[in-house]
Amino acid sequence: MYPLIFPLALAGILFSIGVVGFLIRKNAIIVFMSLELMFNAANLVFITFANYFQNVNGQVIVIFIMTTAAAEVAVGLALIVSIFRSRHSISVDDLNKLKG
Amino acid sequence: MTTSMIFFILLAILAIASAVAMIASRSAIYSALFLVLNFLAVAVIYLMLGAPFVSLAQITVYAGAIMILFIFVIMLLGTKKLDSEEPLKWQRPLAIILSAALVIEGAYVLVTRIGSHALATAATSELADPKTLGMVLFQKYALPFEIVSVILLVAAIGAVVLSRHDSKPGGN
Repeated sequence: MYPLIFPLALAGILFSIGVVGFLIRKNAIIVFMSLELMFNAANLVFITFANYFQNVNGQVIVIFIMTTAAAEVAVGLALIVSIFRSRHSISVDDLNKLKG
Repeated sequence: MTTSMIFFILLAILAIASAVAMIASRSAIYSALFLVLNFLAVAVIYLMLGAPFVSLAQITVYAGAIMILFIFVIMLLGTKKLDSEEPLKWQRPLAIILSAALVIEGAYVLVTRIGSHALATAATSELADPKTLGMVLFQKYALPFEIVSVILLVAAIGAVVLSRHDSKPGGN
């Protein structure tokens, strides 16, 4: 058996990698993927503590997070497609005007 | 060093390597495939932590449905490489400094709180049973479950409205 600090450390590392990707990448799709990576790290923490407390509530919360993430991805990708249609670019640096 | 520990470390290395490759890859489609690999590795870790239902939901929902959506959009928009000129020069160094601060902070918390040596316990058959999960989901969390279904409905309608082509000028 392995100590439960291992999955928590892994979740922290994955979350940090997600933050790095969110901040340094310019392609809006990859920014979105980094967001998914951070969701995933949060889910890993929930599952770890569900194991620690031997309680199924953590797993239920993870299912809710997954559903919300799916909804967020559907709307977000529709937004990216719509932005691409008006700007012909998906670089987040080009999104510097509110109207037009 | 037990077998499960070695297995966990291998999976963790796979997950971290694929995450780094995801943010470092120049091509969006490779990034998506590396993210699928990362989700699969994390799904196996869920399985080791005694959550088989969530593990398989992760594979079908995340690695399956959500990543298919990403790959569709990448193919729709093309895999044109973005030019690397930077309008704000200080942006990238600041981003790296901020994320390094987060990493150091997380490492500090982890090192100072490492006192608890709780071991991962093998999943009891009650915890790993999807029946337990379903009972809690549909009894204790019945209202949140319904709210989440409304969120999904709103998201589906929102995606349709946002991606609708309207040729009429001024309309939305």
